[in-house]
Amino acid sequence: MSQHETSGEGGRVGIWLFISTEILLFGGLFLLYSMYRLKNPVEFHNGSLELSRIFGTINTCILITSSLTVALSIHAILRGKKRQTIAYLIGTIGLAFCFLIVKAFEWTEKFHHGLYPNAKVLSSKAHGEILYFGLYYMMTGLHAVHVIVGICVLSVMLSWVIRNKLTSNNPAYLQNAGLYWHLVDLIWIFLFPLFYLIT
Amino acid sequence: MTHADALHHEYVPYFADKGKYPGILGWLLATDHKRIGVLYLVSIFTFFNVAVLLGVLMRVNMIPGHPIMTAQQYNAMFTVHGIIQIFLVVIPAVPTIFGNFFLPILIGGRDMIFPRLNLFTFYLYLLGATLAIVSVFFGGGAVDTGWTFYVPFSLKTTVNVPLAVFAVFILGMSSILTGINIVTTVHQLRAPGMGFFKMPLSVWGFYATAWVQILATPIIGITMLLVVVERLFGIGVFDPTKGGDPLLYQHLFWIYSHPAVYIMILPAMGVISDIFPVFSRKNIYGYKMIAFSSIAIASVGSLVWGHHMYVSGQSDTAGIIFSLITFLVAVPSAIKVFNWLATMYKGSIQIEPPFLYALSFIFLFSIGGLTGLMLGALSPDVQLHNTYFVVGHFHYVVFGGMGFGLFAAFHYWLPKMTGRMYSKKLAIIAWAILFVGFNIFYFPMLILGWQGMPRRFYNYLPQYTDLQQLTTMGSFIMVAGLVFMMAVLVWSVFKGAKAPSNPWGGKTLEWTLPSPPETEDFEETPIITRGPYDFNVKEQSA
Repeated sequence: MSQHETSGEGGRVGIWLFISTEILLFGGLFLLYSMYRLKNPVEFHNGSLELSRIFGTINTCILITSSLTVALSIHAILRGKKRQTIAYLIGTIGLAFCFLIVKAFEWTEKFHHGLYPNAKVLSSKAHGEILYFGLYYMMTGLHAVHVIVGICVLSVMLSWVIRNKLTSNNPAYLQNAGLYWHLVDLIWIFLFPLFYLIT
Repeated sequence: MTHADALHHEYVPYFADKGKYPGILGWLLATDHKRIGVLYLVSIFTFFNVAVLLGVLMRVNMIPGHPIMTAQQYNAMFTVHGIIQIFLVVIPAVPTIFGNFFLPILIGGRDMIFPRLNLFTFYLYLLGATLAIVSVFFGGGAVDTGWTFYVPFSLKTTVNVPLAVFAVFILGMSSILTGINIVTTVHQLRAPGMGFFKMPLSVWGFYATAWVQILATPIIGITMLLVVVERLFGIGVFDPTKGGDPLLYQHLFWIYSHPAVYIMILPAMGVISDIFPVFSRKNIYGYKMIAFSSIAIASVGSLVWGHHMYVSGQSDTAGIIFSLITFLVAVPSAIKVFNWLATMYKGSIQIEPPFLYALSFIFLFSIGGLTGLMLGALSPDVQLHNTYFVVGHFHYVVFGGMGFGLFAAFHYWLPKMTGRMYSKKLAIIAWAILFVGFNIFYFPMLILGWQGMPRRFYNYLPQYTDLQQLTTMGSFIMVAGLVFMMAVLVWSVFKGAKAPSNPWGGKTLEWTLPSPPETEDFEETPIITRGPYDFNVKEQSA
């Protein structure tokens, strides 16, 4: 009941705290990554050669663009432009789906090459490479889960905008959802060089 | 504002309020912080009693000649006992029960800032609890790894590790969201005039704890997730046969689980800091030092996790550094203890049940803290690691510290929550039995450990028989005290005499409200002009 009185201020503090917990959640994985990379530099190098930089680059572009569209949707709702907001939100959600589709292609390709946990091909490789792919699936997988959650959150925002539950009077919800989406984007910005670029 | 001013309209206690939903739904869908506090109270005490029962069964098993369980059952017993007590009772108890019920009142706010999120955390808690219970009965049976889930054993054992570990993940989410709610509430909802240094010290305790909940819990979250994924898909990050390093698991586990000790103890210390001035009728000694020491414990305590791993194969350099920082944490803890003692000096001491619990908190926590220093020193730890000494030590800290702090909070605040007063005389008798039983129970454990009795064994060599018998006897006395204490409190809820609005003569805001408070705590937002422990200012009592 008092949720309605909650000023945007409280929500913003809350979402920033939440974002910091998400960063720490991935922080545990980054910690593992750095330790194992330190111990197995050659194997990590070999592992990253197996990844497709083209898929990675496409997905990076997709996510950065989606961050732009979500920012534009916030810009639009602040000016009370409902149709623009809806268009940009649909664009963001669409890009998020594109990201997942590319990701699915990428994973499938790896599976065909026998590069998945407990597969014969991967198991015959050096320990460092097993770890590299273990972390690759874990980190990109967890990130994909966040993309899916982001799609759900943005879809709720979209339906609220359509039903006029979310207007320029209470843009805080969309702003916070946008912050979350930027976080999802940002995590990928770190994952991309760690797995695809550093060799 | 006095009690009488608040009676302009008809007075309806929060639990009798006819809200949006009727009957039981009014509780299950409650967003009122007080009702959510009560929901947590009931659930947490249910789990507490289950875990106590498991503990007693383990002691019964130690009576010579009458083993009542197999080694495997014993393993499951201490694991489930640990999981329940740590994750379902000790970590959430004070912040969720008393933080929810009293934090908004103590700062003159209207509720927690995110009331629906607050209710959601309760259901996450219940979900986590349910999963933990289900894991005991299905899919391979109860976890036998100990509450630490150490790899590689937790990857190999056939019992239902994934579900139990996932339950811990869910409970972690609940804890994180509670922390976010508390920090945001303290920042956003303080009443006019309620500066940070006018807040009661219990609020400082909740606040510092909430930061640890936010910053440390994600690490256990990811660690538990990794164990689940490792079990289900075998990604190899913790599996030594695939190059994974079990030591890294221990690092990640303790990066959370050591600060978790401060999640347990800090809010209890906060409540104790509220109790001492009230029953000494004196302003707290060194307010700012106590407030800062909470922050100091929270931050320095986050950097000491390696002292759990002296004999796990980490480097000597790491061991020395962790040992040094461990000793540093003793400083802010000692500051608190000395300030509480100084508060009593020349005070007008009122011997009441909450105060007795607070005093015994100091005594038991000091034993726990000092034995902790023995374990924190590098060479003694080689001898004492994985012995009963460790078991005795952490029960002194967690039960003697946090547990007695929790009981102190109950005896202090229950009259406000229920509007009924318990029998003080019986409560004091219960405290005495509990206190004596506690020491007969856990002190011999310290000696047993010193003599070499390893922990987590379902049997023991003949030379330990006498002390084992003593500690079992102590456990019975302690449980008798516990049952008596709970009986006195529960009886008071239904049959107790009516409690006045300020039974202890406290100066903090909750005592300005009627007992029990109404759903809308304050009729009008209070304006704060004085500190929380101004016993020098003479005021008429309500």
